[in-house]
Amino acid sequence: MNYFVDESGYYGDFGGAYIPEMLYPNVETLRQRYLEIINAPDFKKELDDLLRDYVGRPSPLYLATRLSEHYKTNIYLKREDLNHTGSHKINNTLGQILLAKRLNKTRIIAETGAGQHGVATATVCALMGLKCVVYMGKIDMERQAVNVQRMRMLGAEVIPALSGSQTLKDATNEALRDWINNPVDTHYIIGSVVGPHPYPDMVARFQSIISKEIRSQLEEKTGRSTPDYVLACVGGGSNAAGAFYHFLDDENVKLIAAEAAGKGVETGLSAATCALGKPGVLHGSKIIVIQTEDGQIVEPYSISAGLDYPGIGPFHSNLYKTGRAKFISITDEQALKAGYRLTLTEGIIPALESAHALAVLDTMKFKPSDVLVINLSGRGDKDLETYFKNEVKI
Amino acid sequence: MDNRINTLFRNKKNEVLSVYFTAGFPKLDDTLKILRSLQWAGVDMVEIGIPFSDPVADGPVIQESNKKALDNGMTLKNLFSQLEDFRKNIKIPVVLMGYFNTIFQFGVESFCRQCAETGIDGVIIPDLPAGEFISKYKPLFDRNNIKNIFMITPQTSDERIKMFDSVSDGFLYVVSSSKTTGTNLISDDFSKRYFEKIKKIKLSNPTMVGFGIHDKESFEIASKYANGAIIGSAYIKAIAETKTFRNTTTEFIYKIRPKAN
Repeated sequence: MNYFVDESGYYGDFGGAYIPEMLYPNVETLRQRYLEIINAPDFKKELDDLLRDYVGRPSPLYLATRLSEHYKTNIYLKREDLNHTGSHKINNTLGQILLAKRLNKTRIIAETGAGQHGVATATVCALMGLKCVVYMGKIDMERQAVNVQRMRMLGAEVIPALSGSQTLKDATNEALRDWINNPVDTHYIIGSVVGPHPYPDMVARFQSIISKEIRSQLEEKTGRSTPDYVLACVGGGSNAAGAFYHFLDDENVKLIAAEAAGKGVETGLSAATCALGKPGVLHGSKIIVIQTEDGQIVEPYSISAGLDYPGIGPFHSNLYKTGRAKFISITDEQALKAGYRLTLTEGIIPALESAHALAVLDTMKFKPSDVLVINLSGRGDKDLETYFKNEVKI
Repeated sequence: MDNRINTLFRNKKNEVLSVYFTAGFPKLDDTLKILRSLQWAGVDMVEIGIPFSDPVADGPVIQESNKKALDNGMTLKNLFSQLEDFRKNIKIPVVLMGYFNTIFQFGVESFCRQCAETGIDGVIIPDLPAGEFISKYKPLFDRNNIKNIFMITPQTSDERIKMFDSVSDGFLYVVSSSKTTGTNLISDDFSKRYFEKIKKIKLSNPTMVGFGIHDKESFEIASKYANGAIIGSAYIKAIAETKTFRNTTTEFIYKIRPKAN
């Protein structure tokens, strides 16, 4: 089975480039040039150097001893939370800004949900001296106020998305509209494995460093390069794509994706795409998306702004359809509890997004001999207020 | 195969006026009233927008009309039932414009059949790429004699424009500038150079300029280079508050294209 993108930009039935003609030249240029650019030796060297010296890679693979004892299995945490800017998002923004420079673009736009991708984009724009505009849902700007201030401090202009549910979906619409209106000088740094081809593949490639490192780090620590399980949360799906990437063809490695059930799958306040969605077209590709019978996209809900998205990218839509990855819905409550558990057993406050992946530990049985890798995609600093408001006793 | 769109452009080469409105806006059941008043005012062609929750190619005015239409309960199914007998009164070509997901959920084959049964002449699906249309859906559209209208933008290469022309049989939609709908930039030199470039290509299909056409001046500029123009956001604004579509529409249209004697 092939889980990677094919020549026409599809992952099985999913993917493609469903874009208005106004975006065609930009997306087509990217499609024609992205592989040649990112595989060039000078590009690789520049990116590798920055990932090492600026981001702090490789990120540690940490054996969480007390958490392992609690769940009676072997849990390794891939510490993407320790990256510069506090999440995995910088792996992609660095790659894309180097690409944008080679395409002679002078202005960068991005969408953001939790603000992590926005911060990572504003950061690399400051680093490279490029103009940066970030679209963010108005509701997300309120619940992630500190990240808004961080972006502004980094020199970015943050524009509120006022349409629809005023969250990630609407910020993405606004960013796409900006790109339509500014096709020549602007590069759109999409933060997840969504959007028209080649974005899902390009972002997955930049994030695949996560699983590449996991393989070698695990081998060094345990003598085996493949774990029994890899667990990650999925909104659009970039950190999960990165964590799964180099294990896709090892069919003995079970891939577990945690999606946000919000208040519960059946409550109407949920972002559990696989549980509630069906194939459709949103933001430039055919994906699994939550929608009405009439094809209107349903406003999602999750306590975690980064998972508050009504679809999963084509890469994950295909993993779901083929059964290669198992998708588990995690409620706000389960995520909060898992976040507090990690905080109290390991002294690590996870991002609410990553807490969804940790919560899978409470919903599945693992053997004492199993080796699990959980992608700790981000740190919880941005979510402290939500944690304080929703304290869970462990 | 000929349909009303071909007939229109055979009989009229200049100052063809097409008007867009969103189905279900301002009220759910306004579709036929608006259609009749546009025909009454002498409009040559109408585009009915199928509302969508995430209209990425549209500016604020049409976004808002889409939202309102959806809040009013408009669906594609509902639109087809409103249009069931519209051909009893409406003789001008009618085109449906909508984002691909609503059509995909309806089923592309059923959609084409319903278009043919009700008397729709063409469709504009901004986010259905040409390659996808040609490889998967063109036979379905052809069989039902529904013209798929492609868009051309200032960034579209000459080769691609020629390709669109070769697979089209209706008209080509010339997007006036690289903008979402409702922006007014048609009169600058950049647009003029671009229109001239398209004119020089000598396309076999008629062309209609859209995006940014909002008054007499912009309509006349567009008509100098193309067979006519399409008005959307400006008309949506005009009918947003009105109670008498016929008066408002007539007044709006005559300001743009005075009544021929």
